[in-house]
Amino acid sequence: MLKHYETVFIMTPVLSDDQMKETVKKFENILCEKGAEIVHQENWGLKRLEYQIQKKSTGFYHLFEFKAEPHVVAELELQYRRDERIMRYLSVTLDKDAIAYAEKRRTHGFGQKKETKPETTFEVKREPRPEVKYDIVEDPIEEQMYEQNIDNKEE
Amino acid sequence: MAQNDIKYLTPIAVDFKTKKYCRFKKSGIKFIDYKDGEFLKRFVNEQGRILPRRLTGTSLKFQKKVAQAVKRARHLALLPFVADNLKTNQ
Repeated sequence: MLKHYETVFIMTPVLSDDQMKETVKKFENILCEKGAEIVHQENWGLKRLEYQIQKKSTGFYHLFEFKAEPHVVAELELQYRRDERIMRYLSVTLDKDAIAYAEKRRTHGFGQKKETKPETTFEVKREPRPEVKYDIVEDPIEEQMYEQNIDNKEE
Repeated sequence: MAQNDIKYLTPIAVDFKTKKYCRFKKSGIKFIDYKDGEFLKRFVNEQGRILPRRLTGTSLKFQKKVAQAVKRARHLALLPFVADNLKTNQ
């Protein structure tokens, strides 16, 4: 029976973008060759590490979610160990809750996808202000005073 | 001076202890993600050590899962093994 797995690995930050994609491609091919069915993959990009690994403080993260026979994981991890571009890896079996979570994460765009989301600008709908008619009481004396005030200021 | 200060013979209880609860049980979270370092920082003290159940109120079932997730996150350098002022740096 195929089991559900998830694997995350960290590549050295020394790689260029193309080299990084090449390594990802390599492991994707390895998985495909071994008869694994890749369900989902995520590129987290260059991330800061919380502590140094091989004297590097950043790394490219990549995640694969796949269904495969159990022996495939062992072979994949062997390839990880042989590849010197990989600094760290972690493979985890997903139980039923984890699968549900992963699905939710995929569809709702949890975590990493949040950052790439285009910023949504909220349009504020303003209702047009009701026109208020002010009753202007014309007071000749006040008008005069007002005019005088203006005159005074101009001087 | 201090004449207006009110003195009590018996100290009054200022705050009643609120009962701790397991936040996972309460909100129905079944899986704790090891990939979410920011979330896991809530279960870790300033030095990066896992907080005990008696402080966080997490149930045993989920404390095990939290511990597992924190350890996985540490392996992937999403959480530090040791740190100073982990929370104040944020």
